[in-house]
Amino acid sequence: MAGLQANIRKQLREFSLDISLNISMDVSGKRRSSMELANSMEKTLPMGDSRGRDGGVQPGCVGILGASGCGKSMMLKSIAGIVTPEEGRICLNGRVLYDSEAGTNLSARKRRVGYLFQDYALFPNMTVEENIAIGLKTRIYRKRMHLSEKERMEKVQEMLRLFRLEGLEKQYPGRLSGGQKQRVALARILCYEPEMLMLDEPFSALDAHLRERLRLELMEVLGRYQGMALMVTHDRDEAYQICEYLLLMERGRIIGKGRTKELFQNPGTVKAAVLTGCKNISRIIPINEHRVKAVEWNQELEVGQRVDESVTHIGIRAHDMIPADGWKEGTDSRGNNMVRTGTARVSEMPFEWYVTLENGLWWKKGKQAGEYSHEFHLPEALYVPKEAILLLRDSNIPDDGGNAR
Amino acid sequence: MDWSPVWISLKTASAAIVITFLLGLLAAWLVVRMKSSRFRMIWDGILTLPMVLPPTVAGFFLLYLLGVKRPIGQFFIDYFGVKIAFSWGATVIAATVISFPLMYRSARGALEQVDSNLIHAARTLGMGEGQIFFRVLLPNAVPGIVSGGVLAFARGLGEFGATAMIAGNIAGKTRTLPLAVYSEVAAGHMEEAWDYVLVIAVIAFLAVLLMNMAGNWKNRRR
Repeated sequence: MAGLQANIRKQLREFSLDISLNISMDVSGKRRSSMELANSMEKTLPMGDSRGRDGGVQPGCVGILGASGCGKSMMLKSIAGIVTPEEGRICLNGRVLYDSEAGTNLSARKRRVGYLFQDYALFPNMTVEENIAIGLKTRIYRKRMHLSEKERMEKVQEMLRLFRLEGLEKQYPGRLSGGQKQRVALARILCYEPEMLMLDEPFSALDAHLRERLRLELMEVLGRYQGMALMVTHDRDEAYQICEYLLLMERGRIIGKGRTKELFQNPGTVKAAVLTGCKNISRIIPINEHRVKAVEWNQELEVGQRVDESVTHIGIRAHDMIPADGWKEGTDSRGNNMVRTGTARVSEMPFEWYVTLENGLWWKKGKQAGEYSHEFHLPEALYVPKEAILLLRDSNIPDDGGNAR
Repeated sequence: MDWSPVWISLKTASAAIVITFLLGLLAAWLVVRMKSSRFRMIWDGILTLPMVLPPTVAGFFLLYLLGVKRPIGQFFIDYFGVKIAFSWGATVIAATVISFPLMYRSARGALEQVDSNLIHAARTLGMGEGQIFFRVLLPNAVPGIVSGGVLAFARGLGEFGATAMIAGNIAGKTRTLPLAVYSEVAAGHMEEAWDYVLVIAVIAFLAVLLMNMAGNWKNRRR
């Protein structure tokens, strides 16, 4: 058992990324205010007590979730060497890529970091085959791998096969569909064997239909990839679906991190709750250890976990409410909270109802199959299971990097 | 009709465009790669100057630098035994200097319009700067670069002011087409002048045609 643990540790340490940055961009001669990406990721990315818990040691995909313009892309670009941060240190698997104090700044071509651009950045003057092969034709790769011309050709063929691009070898990128472009771009990067794969909002330029298909394709590719992948996104569905670990980012700072599913279950801070898509958040006045008053909704609620003095807010996800049979003050027999709907505003979405209760709570109710009468029957009251109530800390109170728990 | 101005002009413009094309492209690449925007502005100003100066002024500067009694001119005579001023070489120098900014500016615009993500992608794939220039930048900037080259060629062909200053108007040696037109008109030979004018007009029109074809070329693969 100890052997297994040690093995896990070792493998995890193989994918370490240590970053602390202070980025200040020079945009068209104008100095933009510096943003801080302080001590973003711990030495080993898979964090906290989740380390030993699971047997599988696939580092998988790490996601950075944040609103647009919060510095996510800038962080990826600093890691890739496309922009130079003002100060800080970037370490990949023990290799120093950038260190302002030591004056180290490895050029992008020496970093071995793959970067999937939003528009894929395929070379329009080269065929699919040439695009994939280009990384193998660089001096830096030849020095590293010493492959013969034949071996290189075989490798490209292998990639073409793996990414189902046979028959498209001689096509130019302008003739490819969005899905094919993504496959070519990924093949081009992985053919070069980077130590780390970075994905910069890979789906945001696509329409919804294509997006869902390409996400599945990407997951398949990432499943095969041995190194670490780092994906930046502002789409929490994407992050949840693809990323095993998640960093929540706001204004250049990491405000939460952990296993994606745990983080969504227990975001910990108000900001993290907002980023993971929690619609209902309220300040609270604690009544006792398991009972609070939500100020915004003027509602007393029973909560599942113990409320200590650090808890300042609670959150309720809009999907976590269940229609009740009738209104009764307080809680039902199982201890579920009852919330009166009152005069609610209802708006209809294709597959959901959005309901705003009288006290301001948001409720999202999925439509059942066959339930397309476009008529909504508002129940008198809703259950809010006490387990569904998230206890949150106000993230305005400074904390170092903001742990999820 | 004396055909020597036609041949001199074509020879001059051809020699000049080879030099201008390479130098202009190189200068454009270097300027595009400059990190400091202030340096870039100053260099851009210097390299564009021959275009905004009156050609006679540019010719005056050239004469001042390369004249027989001038340091650089003297140096060439002393060490290579070559007299630059008022030789055929001087027509090439004049055409090169005057047409250079057209090439440089077109090439710069074309290089700048190449999607910067392509260059970033190339770097993360381990490509060196030279490889990026030849495999990524140049192929994707071809239409702009070619049209710049054609423009510069046409400008070099039509060069008059600076050529007159530094190369003079020596029949059969430095008399190019524009100078021939001027000389014939000055001498009152309107008929002969017409011949030269028509030759110039045809060449200039072909050049513009070529340029437009280059502009369409990029659509070929998309």
